[in-house]
Amino acid sequence: MSTRNLITLSIVMALFAFAVIALLYPLFGRETMRLGLDLRGGIHMVYQADFSDIEKGQEGEAIDGAIAVIERRINILGVTEPVIQKQGTDRILVELPGISEADKAKKLIGQTALIEFRELKTSAGGGEEWVPATAVVNGQEKELNSAFFKENTYVTTGQLGEVLLVFEWNSEGKKISEEVTGRLIGEPLGIFLSGEPLLGDDGKPIAPIVRSKISDRGQIEGLSLNEAQELSQLLNAGRIPLPLTPIYDQTVSPVLGADFINMSVKAGVIGIILVMLFMTAYYRVSGFLANLALIFYGAIVLAIFKLWPVTLTLAGIGGFIVSIGMAVDANVLIFERMKEEIRTGRTLGAAIEAGFNRAWTAIRDSNITTIIVCLILIWVGNSIVGGAPVAGFAITLLIGVLVSMFSAIVVTRTLLRLFVGGPLSKRTYLFSAWAGKENV
Amino acid sequence: MHGLVKKMFDIAGKRFQFFLISGVVILIGIISLLTVGLKTGVEFSSGSLLTVDFEQAVARDELKAALADLGHSNVIIQRTGAGDYLIRTRELNDEEKKALEAGLEARFGKLTEPEFSSVSPMIATETVRTAVIAVAVAAVGILLYVTWAFRRMPRPFHYGTCAIIALIHDALVALGIFSILGGILNWQVNMMFITGILAVIGYSVNNTVVIFDRIRENLRLDINADFETVVNNSMVETLGRSINTSLTTLIVVLALLFFVGATIQNLVAVLIIGIIAGTFSSICIAPTLLVVWDKKEWRRFISWLPFRWAKAGE
Repeated sequence: MSTRNLITLSIVMALFAFAVIALLYPLFGRETMRLGLDLRGGIHMVYQADFSDIEKGQEGEAIDGAIAVIERRINILGVTEPVIQKQGTDRILVELPGISEADKAKKLIGQTALIEFRELKTSAGGGEEWVPATAVVNGQEKELNSAFFKENTYVTTGQLGEVLLVFEWNSEGKKISEEVTGRLIGEPLGIFLSGEPLLGDDGKPIAPIVRSKISDRGQIEGLSLNEAQELSQLLNAGRIPLPLTPIYDQTVSPVLGADFINMSVKAGVIGIILVMLFMTAYYRVSGFLANLALIFYGAIVLAIFKLWPVTLTLAGIGGFIVSIGMAVDANVLIFERMKEEIRTGRTLGAAIEAGFNRAWTAIRDSNITTIIVCLILIWVGNSIVGGAPVAGFAITLLIGVLVSMFSAIVVTRTLLRLFVGGPLSKRTYLFSAWAGKENV
Repeated sequence: MHGLVKKMFDIAGKRFQFFLISGVVILIGIISLLTVGLKTGVEFSSGSLLTVDFEQAVARDELKAALADLGHSNVIIQRTGAGDYLIRTRELNDEEKKALEAGLEARFGKLTEPEFSSVSPMIATETVRTAVIAVAVAAVGILLYVTWAFRRMPRPFHYGTCAIIALIHDALVALGIFSILGGILNWQVNMMFITGILAVIGYSVNNTVVIFDRIRENLRLDINADFETVVNNSMVETLGRSINTSLTTLIVVLALLFFVGATIQNLVAVLIIGIIAGTFSSICIAPTLLVVWDKKEWRRFISWLPFRWAKAGE
């Protein structure tokens, strides 16, 4: 047994020990695997921004503003690790992992959250209709709405226990409000949220009668406590400055995600056991050593997933499980080569070295083609909306291919060399199927 | 002994039988592709896909009738292994989705919705374009790499081209069989399917390259040997490896099929078809095509044609 082989063996054992520790205990701040949306459940939305009302040159600012508002709104929900980012120049990606109230979240993100104040006007047909209450300030006609609220609205209860949403006008809003409310004393003021009448706790539209001129502060009465609080948070988070249309929506419930994890773990374990049985039955001692290399392979790959961290999706786990089957390929190539060498009458030691050396070009060239495909898949997955499964599959397969080359070439060879010169090495048939019979 | 084994396995000599088998399978697939076609998922043709789980038992026909009453007559309904229904509709906005759910609950009682996805036509167009580019770039990348890897051989371009023909063969077989399955089981071409096709392409070339590598090595050992014999010997020598690797990969893919249900069934189905087709093509198609090309056997084929236009000039 050469010293060099012993050193390699110790390095392999150390790597394996490190991988096992990394998997069992928190390391480098990583406590668990990072799971993708399909496994944790959650929302993956892409919104298309509409720049038609935005001045030229202001588009970037508008979309950054929208992202900031969405971030603040999502903070209201208390989601851990949300992703909100710009895609290209005119799209916004929102990922909320682990969320169970998907509909509520979508409503919260998509809302324009604009409170408008409207007055009743007699329409051309004779009936009455609500039209935006406007005032001319500094020579411009302006609508009275929550765009002029300071971002300090709050909810309180009045003397009779009624819920009050209290807001404060900014300087421009103050001027508009003074003029509008001064004009409408004794008349109703309709309150509209995102174009719809704001409904109170009793299900009726809220439209108080103006009693006096309002200049600094106002209050909205009649909402339920929950609604008032939600609205207050929404108003303080700010208004999204441009229309957003959802163009991609992927929602998975967390329950389904948990099922997927259980199922794929089962599939992985059973797959590994079957592959191991096959390898031991067919390649005997060599196959058994390849199985040890496969365990090493599994531990290293999973440790890389956790420490990198790779976001695991269902397709990614599929890629990992497929890579188990392909991981033994390098070993199969080598063992088949060894079998041929043993048939020509070589000793075990010579057969091992020749087997590894001559299988190398095949292992290299075949794996490089797989790597090329993986890299293209990663590029595709990252460049299209909703391509996460593709990228997830490719990344796990790529890591799998790279680690499997190492485990087959270094680990299996090191383990096999331990037998060279030992009591079993004369019985070459133990190391390769049918190799012995050919020599009889 | 060795010579005997190799004579028993005269793979190269049976090349036209293999081409016939592949041709028939691909032809059936193409007929299905042209008549039944492929049902594209929401990722490629836009729309909404709801996974609905009813608390009480709901028959497929009842569901279809209920959806038609709700104004969704043009829907595709698929039953998953877990007993859920996948309902594919046109693109729904929030209100339409809520109305649909409320309508179904009114008719069939409580339901849960484990999964929902919705894709706009704009995204769908981009996805199709990117998927097509990806397959093309993958094919060119593989052609270049294989040609480069065999650059010291005479006619390295033959190796690259034959590897590409083998992978097109596998992709066609997978597409054709998937079209037939899709027609029977209402399966749709989704992102998982494309992932599967690209994985099959990688797997197919991987197998082919292993055999080409052996041809490369054997040709170097004996430069004067007959090309067909060298190719056949190389195939026979690597036969054990080809079958064993396919078996181990099939084992794990089957484990995935049985334990992880509908969501990745497309990926798994394509992988199973692809692994079988890929093993066949890397043994029986790619190397034998090298022989055909080396012997320029298409001349023989042309001479069988009834019109004999190849010899018209003589």
